[in-house]
Amino acid sequence: MSVSTEAQKTPRVSSNSEMPGETALRNRKRLSRTMKYVFLVLFMIVVLMPVYVLIVTSLKPPQDVNPATSWGLPVRWPWEPALEGGPTGFDNWALAWNALSASIGRTFLLAIPAALIASFLGAMNGFVLARWRFPYADIVFTVILFGMFIPYQAIMTPLVQMKTTLGLPSDISTLLIVHVIYGLPICTLIFRNYYAGIPHELMEASRMDGAGMLRTFGSIVLPLSLPGFVVTIIWQFTSAWNDFLFALFLSNQNEGPVSLALNNLAQGAQLANYGAAMAGALLASLPTLIVYIVLGKYFIGGLMSGSVKS
Amino acid sequence: MKKGYRNWGPPLLLIAPTIIVIGIFVYGLIGANVAVSMSNRHSLVPGTEFVGLDNYFALFAEERFIHSLQNLGVFTVFFIGGTMLFGFLWAWMLDKGVTAEGVFRSVFLFPMAISFVASGVVWRWLLNSAEGDRASGLNRIFEIMGLDFLQNAWWSEPGWGMAAIALPAIWQLAGYVMALFLSGFRGIPMELREAARMDGATEWKLYRYVIFPQLSPVALSALIIVGHMSLKVFDLIMAITKSIYQTEVPATYLWVALTANDYAKSATIATILLLFVAVLIVPYLVYTARSERKQR
Amino acid sequence: MRKPLSIIAGAVALGLVLAGCSSNTGTTDPDNASQVEVFTWWASGSEKVGLDALVKVFEEQNPDAEFINASVAGGAGSNAKAALASRLEANNPPDTFQAHAGAELTDYINAGQLQDLSSFFQENGLTDVFPESLIERITVDGAIYSVPSNIHRANVVWANTQVLKDAGIDPMKAPADIDAWLVDLKKLKDAGVETPLALGTEWTQMQLFENVLIADLGAEGYSGLWTGDTAWDSAGVEAAIAHYGELLEYTNSDFAGLDWDAATQILLDGNAAYNVMGDWAESAFQQAGWTYDNEYTTWATPGTDGVFDFLADSFTLSVGAPHEAAALGWLKTISSAEGQKAFNLAKGSIPARTDTVATDYPAYQQTAIKSFGEDTVVSSLAHGAAASIAWSGDISSAIGKFGADRDGASLLSGLVAASDKAQG
Repeated sequence: MSVSTEAQKTPRVSSNSEMPGETALRNRKRLSRTMKYVFLVLFMIVVLMPVYVLIVTSLKPPQDVNPATSWGLPVRWPWEPALEGGPTGFDNWALAWNALSASIGRTFLLAIPAALIASFLGAMNGFVLARWRFPYADIVFTVILFGMFIPYQAIMTPLVQMKTTLGLPSDISTLLIVHVIYGLPICTLIFRNYYAGIPHELMEASRMDGAGMLRTFGSIVLPLSLPGFVVTIIWQFTSAWNDFLFALFLSNQNEGPVSLALNNLAQGAQLANYGAAMAGALLASLPTLIVYIVLGKYFIGGLMSGSVKS
Repeated sequence: MKKGYRNWGPPLLLIAPTIIVIGIFVYGLIGANVAVSMSNRHSLVPGTEFVGLDNYFALFAEERFIHSLQNLGVFTVFFIGGTMLFGFLWAWMLDKGVTAEGVFRSVFLFPMAISFVASGVVWRWLLNSAEGDRASGLNRIFEIMGLDFLQNAWWSEPGWGMAAIALPAIWQLAGYVMALFLSGFRGIPMELREAARMDGATEWKLYRYVIFPQLSPVALSALIIVGHMSLKVFDLIMAITKSIYQTEVPATYLWVALTANDYAKSATIATILLLFVAVLIVPYLVYTARSERKQR
Repeated sequence: MRKPLSIIAGAVALGLVLAGCSSNTGTTDPDNASQVEVFTWWASGSEKVGLDALVKVFEEQNPDAEFINASVAGGAGSNAKAALASRLEANNPPDTFQAHAGAELTDYINAGQLQDLSSFFQENGLTDVFPESLIERITVDGAIYSVPSNIHRANVVWANTQVLKDAGIDPMKAPADIDAWLVDLKKLKDAGVETPLALGTEWTQMQLFENVLIADLGAEGYSGLWTGDTAWDSAGVEAAIAHYGELLEYTNSDFAGLDWDAATQILLDGNAAYNVMGDWAESAFQQAGWTYDNEYTTWATPGTDGVFDFLADSFTLSVGAPHEAAALGWLKTISSAEGQKAFNLAKGSIPARTDTVATDYPAYQQTAIKSFGEDTVVSSLAHGAAASIAWSGDISSAIGKFGADRDGASLLSGLVAASDKAQG
């Protein structure tokens, strides 16, 4: 933590040092700088290519959608049909919105609590594991952490059985429980590493007995934990939002999240409507995109104060 | 720290719910899975009989399963190699102070936010293997740019085709690795770099002896995260090729077995996958635990 | 950090608003006898339109009933099958689920998860209105376990008339057998059509292969493959593999990566002359604005004239269905003349009933209705009618491998091994 802020304050090294042959050096610097931007912009274009295809395809009526012309801009305005009385490009968006809007709402109600609850529990676990050395703490940690690596397809059948036995509903409340449970390992990992990086003295300051521990956690540790929370919330929100496997097995399309609705829209027909599928893909990705853009800069900071120390 | 239950009792109590829940939902279900893998539940009919490791031997005797392992191997090598290479490259370029760093960073990072259900259709098109007049996707771009020699069959190519499937996976996760490396770069104290420069170290030596060693923990955790995702790769392949022989990996084979109601076979593949992941993860966990103890 | 927090609050509010907009239907309640939960993979496109039409008829016939749509799409029904497998395992079946009629149901039947619907067929006179050969195909040990809602034909060649005319071939005259067809394919290739036969991903390859099997073995020989009466290591199968290999020489090299509609698109773009596809392809030609016997035409795959390679979607009645009476009402609707008409007109398939008025349907469907009434019906392999899920999965894998390595001997041994495994 302290290290990072210092690093940012320290001026970049050779920027104002006087040296012989300065002009040549500066020219070389300028060249390499330009090269760097050229490459960065090239990479950016490459990374954005699939998005370009998503956007232009979503604006084409079905008759104009063809892999061979996927790079081309729409040949007509999105409000003009390709065939008399046929569907237009905007119809794709209307179709996608009708198919997805309700499930997007439900997914917010799933992904936000899933991210917050798992993060909070993860913070508690991480604090305990990083700060309170009880016997076999490392083994307990390893045992918890291993849970994040299991292939989920393997446990679906018994999981569905468990859900049926417990009489849980096929809606987002069940998914919420599941996402919190399977999110615990990674949240615990991130917070444990994060707390391991916070100076001992800060927390040892107050005498800790059983009750003192919770107080320490609430009054001293939690306020310091925001960068860690940004990382776990981003991670959990994204994985709950994008999850398809749990949604497929534990919910249904009337009560389930957006990934199911999108899958039904994109793959539900023998003759696929690619325009509507891509409009739907864009709609369904918007919330996670916004999370990344808004929280992106905190994300790096959070990673920095956390995982680096492991 | 003093020993005794007054000290470790309360923390254990705090963490107990997690341990119980993980015990049931991870280890309990793994146990159930292993039990099925040692039974003869090859259909919906519940006639259960213990068959030991027969299902495992049968699977490894299958040409089809070996083929899926080969596919996974090729995919893993290119996926890990690609994400590490681009992740490092981008972080390295962004680290040294770039105008509009936030824009580049967001763009490189954003594919991670998109689910494969969403991006599958596009990548299916981009990796279309037609060449010449009918070329589309990336092959079309190559043709437009006059780089015809780059046109290829992508994942339809027998043998190395799986390397093409790694492209969208790299697209999705290289940004995350970049974020990790970037935080690693930023975590290196400036004094260290300066001290090395003062000693007259060349740029290469600076990297070799100062920066790389400082980055190695980040690289290791990136490797583990990408590596276990690679072993479990599933929705990407389902989205791009569906479950077909040419791009079959253990996780999609597991799915095919499950849809055919062959519970024992799918459980067996799942257990093997889990063992692979364990082989990768457990040494890492032991290593980190040990190196932390040393620091303390 | 105040900004992110207010965004979270805003998102929750938005979530509540959006979720609130949705109607509150969709929750299953085992005690509510008027509900019926129907598990299908018809989730969008013309299938969804067809399903909606069917539901409308159902609700008219059963005004008190509440239809609960449990659609799971994707992966050609594989998502649905996986989700269904886990629900059945947990003894929590939907009232009725969609499945391809025929051998695909074997597993469920053997596990005692489907109710015998023979008496339902008798009571509703279905044994009289469904063709005898269809009833034969869906009867297992004297019992019937599913109600077909619609029929598709899998042995259809779709032809681009212009491309054929340009090469000097009469598009209205179908070649007599595979060998004659290969002559035409060669003629097309010599005329500069690089990929005369459009092909797609693994299941479309399997469908082409099954067409060749029917052509080379005949209807009886082909049906015998699934009952054990025809040996897989026979000369006929070997000849079919050789034919299939030759056909692949005339296809687009990128077939492994194309879904069926992308393969059909090659034909629509004028880069291919033929495409062997089920009759859902009709919707692609309609969408392109083409008219039958003008820009395109169809005939039975060469060598399979007089054979109707059928596949059908059908609905079952689960053992332990929580709303059995309502589910029977649903089955009654989909088997009724009114229900079948509403559904099939929208989906572009043909009704299973023989009392259909053909003139109600578009041009292509009329030809299919006619053949269905006259031809020998055989079961499609690629669409679950001929072999159990596991068996057809093994065959599919062997064919996919052949598509990459073109090793005929390995395909034959793969097919023999798959049959040995499936038939014990």
